[in-house]
Amino acid sequence: MRLPDLVRHAWAVARKDLLVEYRSRTAILAAIAFVVLVLIVFNFGRDPTAVSNVDLAPSILWVTFTFAAILALNRAFQLELENQALDGLLLAPIQRSSIYLGKLIANLAFVALIEVIGVPLLALFFNVRILPVMGPLAGVVALATVGFVTVGTLFSAMTVRTRFAELLLPVLLLPFMIPPLIWAVLATGRLFAARPLSEIEGWLKMLAAYDIVFVGIALLLFPATVNE
Amino acid sequence: MRMLRVGRWITALSFLLLAGVYVRALVYTPVERFQGLAQKIYYLHVPAAIWAETAMILVGLASIFYLFLKDPRLDRFAESSAEAGTVFAAIVLTTGPIWGKPIWGTWWSWDARLTLTLFLCLLYVGYLLLRGAVADPAARARFAAVLGICGMVLVPFVHLSVYMFRTLHPMPIVLKPSAPSLPPSMLSTFLLSLFVFTLLYVGFVVQRYALSYLREQLEAAADGVGHA
Repeated sequence: MRLPDLVRHAWAVARKDLLVEYRSRTAILAAIAFVVLVLIVFNFGRDPTAVSNVDLAPSILWVTFTFAAILALNRAFQLELENQALDGLLLAPIQRSSIYLGKLIANLAFVALIEVIGVPLLALFFNVRILPVMGPLAGVVALATVGFVTVGTLFSAMTVRTRFAELLLPVLLLPFMIPPLIWAVLATGRLFAARPLSEIEGWLKMLAAYDIVFVGIALLLFPATVNE
Repeated sequence: MRMLRVGRWITALSFLLLAGVYVRALVYTPVERFQGLAQKIYYLHVPAAIWAETAMILVGLASIFYLFLKDPRLDRFAESSAEAGTVFAAIVLTTGPIWGKPIWGTWWSWDARLTLTLFLCLLYVGYLLLRGAVADPAARARFAAVLGICGMVLVPFVHLSVYMFRTLHPMPIVLKPSAPSLPPSMLSTFLLSLFVFTLLYVGFVVQRYALSYLREQLEAAADGVGHA
């Protein structure tokens, strides 16, 4: 199979998912409301005189994104369970890895939208200056998001067909989210503190290595997670 | 069943030898100058840590071969190795704080190494939970293999993190690029202990393997009765 076919088929799968989401808009609205609520809960769960906003903001940002991403990932394959849509998808004359890639693109778009709304809200609620570091921050967020959405998409294909899927996905996924999350929180903290970019170079490299390794593995392993 | 008995004998022998290791460690091995008697836990903690991680790597390797060969024996081995690994991870996480209290003055520190050992333990728990949540044996084996491979890949990231963070944890003194830096008598006690833990791992895995085999036989028999 040529690469353009793989990408074309992946886009068809992603487009289908995004169209379903665009027409109903329930999941994305729920996820955005969820992000706002988590940020509000954080505001009341701390003592603003004891811990400064800049110190706490990176943790708040990443905890919020972690939970929102898990909610989004649960949805990806849940969609396919109705009317046995997954069987239809598997019968399509396309490679299994393009199904995975399509799901990954759709999930990334979904989580990215949540993040695009979440970051300004964080800046608004917690008075963090994000405009001067917008570029590098977007880089950190993108690299970390690709990392855990990659693993999450692979795992949600499995957990969706188990008992208590909503609980199992976070239990399996969180240990894998922790390394990218640690690097992302450290890098975000440096950015918010207006430190030079050279200080976060190491974290960015680790994030990139993690992304490359897990995208490769997930593409290889995904066929094993769907029925033959 | 013969295999189960063999496993029991190996385990019994290794428990006996473990007592021997402790006689050697307490009577015939010098007391470390700075840590005093607390250092004696090293002979338990480090071999357990080595096997907690090695077990994960073996789970991953067995999983890779399972996806190619679809041999149920590999799946049974992966399951057994994961359960043995859980036990060793639990030993590491129990002995660590016991040593940490007198030496660091705290039971737990959010040090990279401790945190990631904890996540290794949770990885095992997730793996075993996933196995428990899938009813179909073929799907269970495939899903577990996917998670096992991802787990194995996560271990090097765990190791990289150890060297990236400032850490309270003592650096490796045996498994490092340069020669081991401890007295020969300590090294021989340590190597003896490592051998005993290897035997313990083999004993656990052989027993657990035999149990999975028996359970499968029982399930097959029950199915036969059900269909008749």
